[in-house]
Amino acid sequence: MFNEEIVKPENLVYKKTSVLTDAVMHYCPGCPHGTIHRIIAEVIDEMGIQDKAIGIAPVGCSVLAYNYFNVDFVEAAHGRAPALASAIQRLHPNHHTFTYQGDGDLAAIGTAETIHACNRGENIIIFFVNNAIYGMTGGQMAPTTLVGMKSATTPYGRRVDLNGWPLQITELVAQLPGTDYVTRQSASTPADVRKAKAAVRKAFENQAAHRGTQFVEFVSTCNSGWKMTPVAANEWMRQNMFPKYVLGDIKSDGEIVREYNPADSKVIRELIPVK
Amino acid sequence: MAIKGAIVVDEVKCKGCGVCASVCPKHVIALSKNVNTKGYNYAEMINGDCIGCASCAMVCPDGVITVYKAKV
Amino acid sequence: MAKELKLMKGNEAIAEAAIRSGCDGYFGYPITPQSEVMEHLMAEMPWEKTGMVVLQAESEVASINMVYGGAATGKKVMTSSSSPGMSLMQEGVTYLAGAELPCLLVNVMRGGPGLGTIQPSQADYFQTTKGGGHGDYQLYTLAPASVQEMYDFVFKAWDIAFKYRNPVMILSDGAIGQVMEKVYVGDYVPRWTDEEIAKNAPWAAFGKPASRDHNIITSLELDSAKQEQNNHRFQAKYREMEKNDTLYEEIMCDDAEYVFVAYGSCARIAHKAVQLAREKGIKAGLLRPITLFPFPTAPIKALAQRVKGMLSVEMSAGQMVQDVKLASEFKCPVEYFGRYGGIIPTPQEVVEALENKLIKG
Repeated sequence: MFNEEIVKPENLVYKKTSVLTDAVMHYCPGCPHGTIHRIIAEVIDEMGIQDKAIGIAPVGCSVLAYNYFNVDFVEAAHGRAPALASAIQRLHPNHHTFTYQGDGDLAAIGTAETIHACNRGENIIIFFVNNAIYGMTGGQMAPTTLVGMKSATTPYGRRVDLNGWPLQITELVAQLPGTDYVTRQSASTPADVRKAKAAVRKAFENQAAHRGTQFVEFVSTCNSGWKMTPVAANEWMRQNMFPKYVLGDIKSDGEIVREYNPADSKVIRELIPVK
Repeated sequence: MAIKGAIVVDEVKCKGCGVCASVCPKHVIALSKNVNTKGYNYAEMINGDCIGCASCAMVCPDGVITVYKAKV
Repeated sequence: MAKELKLMKGNEAIAEAAIRSGCDGYFGYPITPQSEVMEHLMAEMPWEKTGMVVLQAESEVASINMVYGGAATGKKVMTSSSSPGMSLMQEGVTYLAGAELPCLLVNVMRGGPGLGTIQPSQADYFQTTKGGGHGDYQLYTLAPASVQEMYDFVFKAWDIAFKYRNPVMILSDGAIGQVMEKVYVGDYVPRWTDEEIAKNAPWAAFGKPASRDHNIITSLELDSAKQEQNNHRFQAKYREMEKNDTLYEEIMCDDAEYVFVAYGSCARIAHKAVQLAREKGIKAGLLRPITLFPFPTAPIKALAQRVKGMLSVEMSAGQMVQDVKLASEFKCPVEYFGRYGGIIPTPQEVVEALENKLIKG
């Protein structure tokens, strides 16, 4: 209605990359998975590595990611993606193997595979989407659920005496000698998307240089699991998740750039403010 | 001379989450009163103030926004 | 093909065959009595000879999923373990079957249940041939009875695995794994090139060239109608295996009045029992299933129609005997004799069991 003169091929400035398929994503409205998929796909597109990319998504909301990424893709059992990726990358050392995992998958059932792949320094990229909840199964408590945060299995809020503390696995893997680049990003604002994309690009470039394990966390929302609108969930994430899951690089070029000992942290132990 | 932008929303695929509208610096986008076949109030341009910054497209989870920009 | 004679343990023969058969990757975790497989590989350093990847994983769970990953890209990959470790792997095994991925699994069985014992056993017959993991699937299962067969079956396994896009199990036991015998080994078969993989495994996820759609490896299908179709396809494949690739051996069955049915190391004991029985004037024979799935149903049925009885000899508490009974269609008496928990039966006890359960009985 406002755009007849502007909507012309020569004026195109932004279009969905062809490294994503045209399939309609099954994700809930406003779910950041789609945005994160696109960031990764755009980097693959821009680097011209579609023919070398092999993605792996295990059980969780993103189990059907293979329908959306227009690259060869393998679906894995719950938690096992880093094991698959380790083998694939060793068998195809000049490819770009990446996993795409949620918090329950990566930080609960797949902890051993995560820690050991990182510790071996497998030349893989692990994309870790942390929305502090099990989305696919209906919003149960995840290892990263904040203290006081409600979920289907913590209906009165996460209690430390019952459920223990949130697990800051990204800080943990940064301590391992095999990780080269460990960063925490988000994708709810254009500025965050730009930063995240730069981080994803760096991870793929490091992988091309055979630098070891690249670990990129996305602090994320699950608006349906959190029972909020997408916009409110983004705001809640900024207020409650970001102070505990602090954005930015934790390790870069094999060096810790933000000293942090999860065991010493008071912040992660603090109850989230009750609305 | 001014920069003018425009977006094209794939109304069939849009899920009406409204994240695009929340980040638009020029308040160009709103959810339509109409719904698509899935029953979602899809996003649409409501005025001619678009500057083609692509902020909306960058945060669109479903990749349904295409952005154009021209000097007029 | 040039043949070279070596003296090897069964476990070492598996490893040597892997290197020489063009295997691309081995992923394993130590467990007695099969640890020599990975030890031999690490000592041989095949990555320098053939480019084969060898990786000691953090667990059996990781190993089988490494196999899943490698197999998904069309590579010839394998793992080996023993009973408790194989139990841990079952999730991965059913995923491999569900995603129709060729690979080689080796189970050098030990006594169970639980941590059990490190001594030989055949008590994982049910686990291997009746499921193990969830869902309707089958593993093509080879049961070697000698170190030479440990070696040869690795080559056979790749052919079958890629022919049917299905995991292949070599179901061995601690006796065959540990015993040293002479083995004829052949020349090195080169690993497949990328071009050969693209030709032989066009379904695999090895990186999408511009010329084709993206390949997806998954065992997930949320549409039940489609998942039933998938299952129909699997079942049709298993029927093809039964039709074309059932393997067995008959020893002195032509004039036999009584037939032992035994596989793996038990088949060797039963073979000796055939000789002892014949010395006593009992016309005994042996049917040795070489594949446990597909099971040699037809030859057992044929024998059942003309012999006086069959004795299933096992190192388990009566597992295979169920399949022998079904195959016999009860045309003759079918009895079971076994020792288990790590005990290997003697040929004498086998003959006694034949006399007590079938001849005197």
